[in-house]
This record gives sequence, structure tokens and C-alpha cells, in this order.
Amino acid sequence: MNLSFWLNGVYRHEEVEPDTMLLDFLREKGCYSVKCGCETSNCGLCTVLMDGKPVLSCSMLALRAEGKKIVTMEGMQKEAEEFGAFLADEGAEQCGFCNPGFIMNIFAMENELEDPTEEEIKEYLAGNLCRCSGFVGQTRSILKYLEYKKTKKREEAEE
Amino acid sequence: MSYVSKPVRKKDAMALVTGKPVFTNDLASKDCLIVKILRSPHANAWIEEIKTGTAKQVNGVVAVYTYKDVPRKRFTLAGQTYPELSPYDHYILDQRLRFVGDAVAIVAAETEAAAEKALKRIKVKYRVDEPVLDMHKAKDGKILVHPEEDWEAKIPVGADNKRNLCASGVEESGDVEKILGECKYTVDRTYHTKANQQAMMETFRTYCYKDYFGRLNVVSSTQVPFHVRRILGNALDIPSSKIRVIKPRIGGGFGAKQTAVTEIYPAFVTWMTGRPSKILYSRYESQICASPRHEMEIRVRAGADENGIVRALDVYTLSNAGAYGEHSPTTVGLSGHKSIALYRHTEAHRFAYDVVYTNVQAAGAYRGYGATQGIYAVESAINELAHMMKMDPVKLRELNMPMEGEPLPAYQDCITAPSCTMDQCMQRAKEMMNWDEKYPYKDMGNGKVRGVGVAMAMQGSSIAGIDVGGADMKLNEDGSYTLGLGCTDMGTGCDTILSQIAADCLETSIENIVVFGVDTDISPYDSGSYASATTYTTGMAVFQACQELRKKICALGAKMLEVNPEEVNFDGEFVFTDEEHKVSLKEVAIKGTCGNTQELQVTRTHCSPISPPPFMVGMAEVEVDKETGSVKVIDYAAVVDCGTPINPNLVRVQTEGGIVQGIGMALHEDVQYTEKGKIRNNSFMQYKIPSRLDIGDVRVEIRGSYEPSGPFGAKSIGELVINTPCPAIADAVYNATGVRVRELPITPEKVAMGILKQKLEK
Repeated sequence: MNLSFWLNGVYRHEEVEPDTMLLDFLREKGCYSVKCGCETSNCGLCTVLMDGKPVLSCSMLALRAEGKKIVTMEGMQKEAEEFGAFLADEGAEQCGFCNPGFIMNIFAMENELEDPTEEEIKEYLAGNLCRCSGFVGQTRSILKYLEYKKTKKREEAEE
Repeated sequence: MSYVSKPVRKKDAMALVTGKPVFTNDLASKDCLIVKILRSPHANAWIEEIKTGTAKQVNGVVAVYTYKDVPRKRFTLAGQTYPELSPYDHYILDQRLRFVGDAVAIVAAETEAAAEKALKRIKVKYRVDEPVLDMHKAKDGKILVHPEEDWEAKIPVGADNKRNLCASGVEESGDVEKILGECKYTVDRTYHTKANQQAMMETFRTYCYKDYFGRLNVVSSTQVPFHVRRILGNALDIPSSKIRVIKPRIGGGFGAKQTAVTEIYPAFVTWMTGRPSKILYSRYESQICASPRHEMEIRVRAGADENGIVRALDVYTLSNAGAYGEHSPTTVGLSGHKSIALYRHTEAHRFAYDVVYTNVQAAGAYRGYGATQGIYAVESAINELAHMMKMDPVKLRELNMPMEGEPLPAYQDCITAPSCTMDQCMQRAKEMMNWDEKYPYKDMGNGKVRGVGVAMAMQGSSIAGIDVGGADMKLNEDGSYTLGLGCTDMGTGCDTILSQIAADCLETSIENIVVFGVDTDISPYDSGSYASATTYTTGMAVFQACQELRKKICALGAKMLEVNPEEVNFDGEFVFTDEEHKVSLKEVAIKGTCGNTQELQVTRTHCSPISPPPFMVGMAEVEVDKETGSVKVIDYAAVVDCGTPINPNLVRVQTEGGIVQGIGMALHEDVQYTEKGKIRNNSFMQYKIPSRLDIGDVRVEIRGSYEPSGPFGAKSIGELVINTPCPAIADAVYNATGVRVRELPITPEKVAMGILKQKLEK
């Protein structure tokens, strides 16, 4: 079937089987940051943005992307580096396999929540599992990153 | 510039956080055949007939293999050094099926859909036999898991396949019965732990291809590339020289990938068809036919005198190997050796064990490797002893804990503790937890009650006298160095940690160290990353290789300066005799490539005759809902002695991660079977690993001793850190409610029923 959608800012026309999952389709198109950690929508590794909202690409048919804007980490390299530096400075990226889905959800959270508390952060990201870090280092990095973004915003406003 | 003890960012961090294609399945070529396995629906069955004709006719199917097609030569999947202690009890495919999920047939097809279709078309007639599912009934039972004549234990470990025994033994020192008889206080308790899954985020996966020499190239998510090479040689019955194993980035292992869970299947397909192939285990497969922790039931008898000195410990472990014996004879040892050793005054101890085969998923290596189970049991028994004596469990430990230079009973790999700050760890943990104020509990007045619990733990640093670490240090033409490694960074950060060691030894910048690993064709031999060995063992190999390379740099520099080698110095930038007479590292490096006969490359291998234990104290504060029995860990304070922390950030994250895995084991992660031996907890829906909402504060501090036998004084950290949560949380729950749960996980049901029972008894 035909599928027309935006992938990381580029409008594309693709052929896709009706039963292909968005996750498999995106990897086929070279978006290798999108990972599969379970098959039951539990782990959050396959999180991508669809029209700015986080979705689990393992549980969504590729055809659902029709007319939508899909963004994977391949399309947010600069932002990933910016947040990733904070994660890396805690050593909390560890094996890295869960990082892309987790980080994409942080970007979604930034869009959705203004100045979230630690509790709100944990709640928002509850669906992103990580077996290496025990989450505490991740939380430290998010808090530091949000503080940095706030300062940056304030400085920009002052200028 | 010094890097040791600095929180250096991991060298691969930016690739990981930006989602670069660095993992096995990102690298697999697109023309790979997809390999799938048909799995046994029965726990104990015999294939009477298997028809693959219609399966082979499916469009896109390239091959279907059954037990008739594979070599008839048994091997083990366990990644261990010679002499392999795990029994040779595996075929690639066998006519006998030993657990629900055992491999029946291999399908290789052009597409996943074709492979799935072919699986459905394989017709199997099974003779279904009664399984042995209960580990208590396995030893000397009528049903044998491995009755075959070609079963083989390579060395004597008390194994006997005709008795379902994978290993057994008794170790004794002193007269346990006599001393226990003299003790004023004794406890005799039995504890039960389950077969937890490592649940690393990247499931098991391997891809294979043949190269231009006709050799089998294996790219795999493994902790043990060199062992995989040997295992595949055994399994395929071909010389290992025809096999090359490459390890890319690994999405977590925790011991799971110390067993060659997936490699044999695509290796066989590619060897037979000549086509590249890959296998990706689903989470479902990773839950039902992988390599989890050994289920253990541990009976502990402990005795103390009226002053609180622990004088005798008697530990009996019944360990469930499951259907195959990977890591079974070895894991059980740690359940005694690394728990009894925590009590330095022990005058007599006995450690006996039986490891039995049953018709359930085979167990393997999981972080802690038996010590986790043993420490849960012994630390719980000691807590029960303290309560019986009406003594603060912290106080009891202060009287008995390991001390530097003091004995480590039952621990053969160091007679006394060469380095130990357990006392400081306890002191600091107490302050962090505000123990004296919080012990034993506080009723919150809202139906909730908070309790605190404590436990100590130790592990080893490598397998003494066996584990080998290798490092290859080379000076390149541009003055940079290449550090070739055979150990496997699986997210733990050893590529970075070992580069920090190298940079300090060579007095250069860490950016000047190129690190590479692992390719069995190129890398120096290394046992692999397990047994908490890498920083300690390979770190020492790096240290030694760097010292040797410095000598070579000096020798060539001296030649260029036309002086004797002993007259020069090297400061990382220049080889010099004085301010006037010097050559730069770069000049030496270039000289090394032109008219030179002296290689600027050193390979060093290291093995330590001892395994100095790292130590830690963990304290848990839990909040229990008396109505529902639900338990939440609101605070966890941990203080570790890992020797010198080469990278404090990575020590901390390892500790935090290990504690949270331990919390999962203590409270959530259960493995349950149906009557027919099928695992109920076969996805993340039913097998609940902790999410970020399930944990409260986890606070970690380091009180490192200095270990003389380790690089820059380092010991290990990786496994130690999973050992305290189970006993500490179990005692915190007891202190909060008076309910003692001796079977993990401590579920709300068990706590609520315990509270109810107390009420009824009143």
C-alpha cells in the first residue's frame, strides 16, 4: 500500500505492507536508533514522535503514519547531543540501548510539561525502562538539563 | 593530567546517546537469512517423528534442520575457561526435549514471514513423558533429565547424570555440630530464591557470514567472544581456527550473555548454507529459553555466643540447574563461599550442596552468580539471630564483620582480607540512614509503617588463578596509542576505565588512546567480562603493557639521542636526558615506522592468584501498607569498598543499577510455572522489572580501600552491588510488620497474609 508521510522533516512516498509495524518500517528506512526491547508495549525503547506526541512504534502499524510527521532520533541529533551530554556526565547512558526511546520521550515531555517536578518527570517517563542505571542517574541528568535549559532561556530573554 | 579516580565520560557515550547504529542488529547486513526456532510445547518429550517437507516448500524458506542434521557431539554453552566445569550436555538439536521452549527445529528463510510460516508447517509427533519439575524430587528420582550415555562432566564436581546430579559436595572446617551445640543462640531457617531473568534491554542476538577465506564470522552480543569461538567449534564440530567472533556494542548482559544462548543457530545455518544469517530473540524467548539466575533453596544454621560472636555457620544449598548445566557446578559454590566469609570469627563452618537437573528452563550466570542467593540466606539468618538475641543487627555485624588482615572463613581465594573498609562502610551507612533513630520501625499513623533493614555483602574480583586479562598496547605513527582489548564493554564502561589506566601510565591524554575490542582474530586473549574481573584483571594487564611500552619508547628514544637507555627519561611527551637533549614522542613514533627493527607494541597477559573481595553495606527503608501488604523501598543507602574507584561515576551508576535490580528481585520479579512446566512470566507484562516509579531514593557513597594487587589499588564493583537488597529489604519488612518472608519475591500477598495470620494468632 502507499504511504505518504514526513520522516524527519522530509516528505516521502513509500510502499508498505498493511501488517508492517512502524518500528520495523522505520528501521528498514535506516532509522536504526529505534530499538525493540519487548513486544508488549512495556519498555519504551521504540518511542518516536508522531506530530510531536510520543508513540510506541512497536505497537503501531506503519500505515497509521499516513499524513503525519514522524521524528526519530536521526532527526534530532543536535538535541540528542545537548541532552546526551548531561546523561553521559552522570555515566548513566550505560549500555545505551534504551537511550534513544528514553531521550525522545524527554523531548516530548519538554513540549508537554512546563517546569515539571521530579515526581512529574518520573511519572511521565515511567514507561521507559532501563535495566542498567537504576534510573537515579537518569533523573539527575534530567534535572540538570532542565535547569540548564531554563538558564539558557532566561539568558536569551535578557539579551 | 591524571584520569584515575576522575569521573571521565565514557568514550562511546556520544554515539550511544545519539542513537548511532552500533549494536549487532544495526550492523547485520540486509540480505541475512532470518533464523527462527521451533520450540517444544512439552517439558519432557521425545521426538518420535518429525516431518519438514511442507515447511521446506514455503516460498522463501532456505533450510529446515532437525536433530538428524546436526553433529552428534555434546558440548556446553557456558562461557568458561579451561577446565570447563559445566557438563557437556548439549546438542544443537536433540531428539529428547527437556523443557518447554527447548529447540526442536531450526528454520532459515529469506523473510520473517516465511520463517514463521515454515515453523507452523513442521509436523512433530511427540512422545510426552512425565517431567520432573520440583527440584526437591529430582535427586535420585525416577525421571532422568539426561539419561544419555554420551553425557560428560569434564572434571569431577560430584556430578552423576543417572541421579539428576549436576554437581554435589561438602566442604567442612571444624566441628560444626559441636560448636553449634555450645552456642547460646542458634537459628535454623530455610530461604528460597527464584530464577530471575537478567532482562537486559537488548535481547540475545547474533549474525553470521562467511568471508573470502570461507571462515565463519560471528558478530554477536556476547560477554565472552573467545569462549564463543571455542563453543562454536565444539558445537559445529569444526576447528575453531575457522571461526572469528566480533563483539560490537552490547545492550546489557548482567551474565546472561556469558552463555552462548543464540550463537549456535545462525552459525550452523551460515556454515551449512554459506549465506549470511541472523537470529534475534524476542523478549518472549528471552524469558522462557535463555539463561536466568539459579533458583536456590538454602538452609542456614547459625550460632552465636552470649556476646554476639558468630561461631558457627552451616549452609546447605539446593540449586536448580534446570534442563542443562550451564554454570551450575560453579554458581552454587559462591552461595557458601561468599556468605560464610562475611563472619570472621566463625570457628566451624560447613557448606554442602546439591545441584539438580529438572525439566525447566536451564539457568546460567546472573550478576552475583550464586553469592546473591547465599548472601540473602545467610544475612537473613543473621538478622533473625540478632532479633532472637534482642541485639541491633548493625551491632551484631560490627562485632563479626570482615576486617583488613582478618580471616575470610570458607573463602579459598584469599585466606585473609587483603583490603577492607567494611567498618567504615557500616559507619557511614548508619549515618546516611540515620539508623539509630529509625531502627526498628515507625508507625506513620495512616495505616502505613516504615521499617529499616541492613545487610553486608562481598563478591570476588576475578576467578583466582584462572581468569586471564589481555592488553595490547601499540604506539602509532602519529604519536597516538591503540589499546587492543579482549574483554567486553557491555555498557559497564571498561573500554573507558582501561583507557584511563593506560592514559595515566603513559602520561598522555585519554583522547590520545584509541581503544578497540573485540575481534578474536586481532584482540589479545581475554577470558571475557564476567566474575567481576575486567577492571581488576585486564586493568593490571594494561598497566603492565604500558610499563613495558614505556621501556621500548625510551630505548628507541635513547638510540635516537645516541645515549644508553638507562640515561633517558620519558614524561609522556619527550624522551630526554636534559633540557637540551630530547626527542618528542611523535619523533620516536615516526622513527618506529622507518628503518626500525624494534616494535613499539607490547602484549601483556595477567592473571591474579587471589581474588580480593570488594565489600559493601546496604540499608533499606521500606514503607509497608498494613492493609494491602504492599511494600515500597523509599530510601536505600549503600556504601561500597571497591578499592580505588577508577571512575567514580561508573562505580556509582553500577551500584545504583545493581541495587535497583536487587530491589526487583526482592519485591517483584517472580518466575512461576504451570503444572505442565510452562513459564507464566513470559513477557514484561507478567515479569515485572522495576520502573522509575517503583523506587525511592538510592544513595550511594564510596569508602574505597587500597588493594595492593589491583591496578592503582582497584578491586571490582559490578556484581557485589546486587547482593544487599534482598536481605536488607526482607528485614526491613520484618521490622515494619513482624512478618518474615523467606521466599522471594516479597509480594503484597505474602505480607498481607502474614499480617492477617498474626492478627488471627492474637
